[in-house]
Amino acid sequence: MTDTTANKLQTYVDEAPLVEGDHNFSTITDKICSIVESKPPRGWLIAFLFSFSLLLILQGSIGYLIWEGTGIWGLNNPVGWGFAIVNFVFWVGIGHAGTLISAVLYLFRQKWRTAINRFAEAMTIFAVICALVFPGIHIGRVWVAYFMFPIPNQMGMWPNFRSPLLWDIFAVGTYFAVSLLFWYVGLIPDLATLRDRAKSKVKRLVYGILSMGWRSSHRHWQNYELAYLMLAGLSTPLVLSVHSIVSTDFAVSLLPGWHTTIFPPYFVAGAIFSGFAMVMTLAIPARKIYGLESIITIGHLDKMAKIMLVTGSMVGYAYAMEFFIAWYSGNTYESFAFVNRAVGPYAWAYWIMISCNVIIPQLFWSKTLRTSVPVLFIASIFANIGMWFERFVIVISSLSRDYLPSSWDYYTPSIWDILMLIGSFGLFFTFFLLFLRFLPMIAMFEIKGILPEADPHHEEVH
Amino acid sequence: MTPKLIYGILAEFKDTKSILKAAESVKIEGYINFDCHTPFPVHGLDDAMGLKRSIIGYIVGFGCVMGASGGLLLQWWSSSIEFPIVISGKPFFSWQAYMIITFVLMILGGAFAALIGMFHLNRMPAYHHPLFNSKNFQKATDDAFFVSIEFKDPMFDLDDTKNFLVSIGGKNIEVIEE
Repeated sequence: MTDTTANKLQTYVDEAPLVEGDHNFSTITDKICSIVESKPPRGWLIAFLFSFSLLLILQGSIGYLIWEGTGIWGLNNPVGWGFAIVNFVFWVGIGHAGTLISAVLYLFRQKWRTAINRFAEAMTIFAVICALVFPGIHIGRVWVAYFMFPIPNQMGMWPNFRSPLLWDIFAVGTYFAVSLLFWYVGLIPDLATLRDRAKSKVKRLVYGILSMGWRSSHRHWQNYELAYLMLAGLSTPLVLSVHSIVSTDFAVSLLPGWHTTIFPPYFVAGAIFSGFAMVMTLAIPARKIYGLESIITIGHLDKMAKIMLVTGSMVGYAYAMEFFIAWYSGNTYESFAFVNRAVGPYAWAYWIMISCNVIIPQLFWSKTLRTSVPVLFIASIFANIGMWFERFVIVISSLSRDYLPSSWDYYTPSIWDILMLIGSFGLFFTFFLLFLRFLPMIAMFEIKGILPEADPHHEEVH
Repeated sequence: MTPKLIYGILAEFKDTKSILKAAESVKIEGYINFDCHTPFPVHGLDDAMGLKRSIIGYIVGFGCVMGASGGLLLQWWSSSIEFPIVISGKPFFSWQAYMIITFVLMILGGAFAALIGMFHLNRMPAYHHPLFNSKNFQKATDDAFFVSIEFKDPMFDLDDTKNFLVSIGGKNIEVIEE
């Protein structure tokens, strides 16, 4: 083969570089550590104070809820699951992208994940914390929350393991624990970097304790890498099962609009869609403020937009299929439930959902729009809104119109419902901003591992 | 003054290619108690250093089995023996309904086994280590590659080992004290 054909072939084989610009190992370390080591930009402080005040609103509302009882919510007789459950499902869904990026894309050897996996995982953990707040307070008498767990108690009672609500506790609890382990294991080498660079004694001590005495030994890396692979392998079925199990809360019941077999895959697709939307919403401002455009490149955003297009279309397919099955089943109640969604009292919510989740992602067929940062940012916010409304439509429209017309009622949220929803964003962003401030937001050692010079043979022509 | 104990010798290498070559030479020379320190896992070092595959997979497998069997046992015992109660006419041991929690606890058991197993095999946390006495060693988490040969290695000899590390291209040779 002549040289020119070899070169030509090489251009087909070579991928675009994952890290742009003139980076080497130490510039990566400097770039990412400097975010943690230098004073935060003014924007961070303003955002933190704003989120923290929202968090105080959440705490105040929860305090009032515990004092007064669940009567402060807009719940009524058929609609016993209001905003609390909508918010729970919404936040659990957001949490899915983190583990998907870190585990599933790891198993598929998608090296581009390294730029976004760390803060997507952090986002997962904080989203699951937000999610866990809601069932916790939804039980009303929060001081007996321990009834939900299999703890030996003075009454000699045990929880009902046949109930999907209990499956949910185990699934979401496990998801939280495993995501936390995965995130922490990934952080250890980077915490050691921060330890070695620390100027003050307190920082050296704190990062030192957290990094467990990591000394970059290859004998350690060997166990470390296999443990990480195992965690990825364990998280992959987990991430697919969690939202499936959440969907059984609905699917195992007998309510028209809930009692469908399509729910598990449809919920998982929706969760991935909303999770990637949230990653995008967070990554776009973060890369701008901290000047990380060479690490989180347009190529990364492009790939995420493609995943949103795929999952958004899957969700759209599920919406259509629900309608088809409702008609094809010949079941009057089922058909009514779906016609009612589209033209009934909650039609406004249904059409917000359709426009945000099905129509807007179709913009991403165009390469120009997929690589335009403002379009991506706005579309990702619409996707977040759309996915919240999806859960609203599922929970509220089915409950408010069940079998007996005499028991129908219209649900309107109270001011406390709305404050708690806004407050949960405060909880999420407070945690997220603290994470940006004190922990490396990008997995440094993984980025170093994908630089061309990390390959011992990078000078040789293949 | 009591003489200080020696932990070993540390040598720096400039890139992934040279650390691979160095690790191979150290192995061929016959050293056993040596290690490489790299800011990220360098693929190929396992073979170059002559390491066997990590056994962590078996630990994780054990954790999964413990998690799953413990979970199933808990559900069987609490619903059939300790607190048998008829719910929707289902049998006490409704194994189909119990599979979900069994599965989830299998994952949980495996994940904790991976974490604890990794910490155990690496003897972590280890907050003190002689290598931390070296100022230069701090670069190991940034952009430098090191080889360390321990005093306890049967072939270790202060001058010979030092010369050997220089001969394979090691820079900033440092004797590390305990």
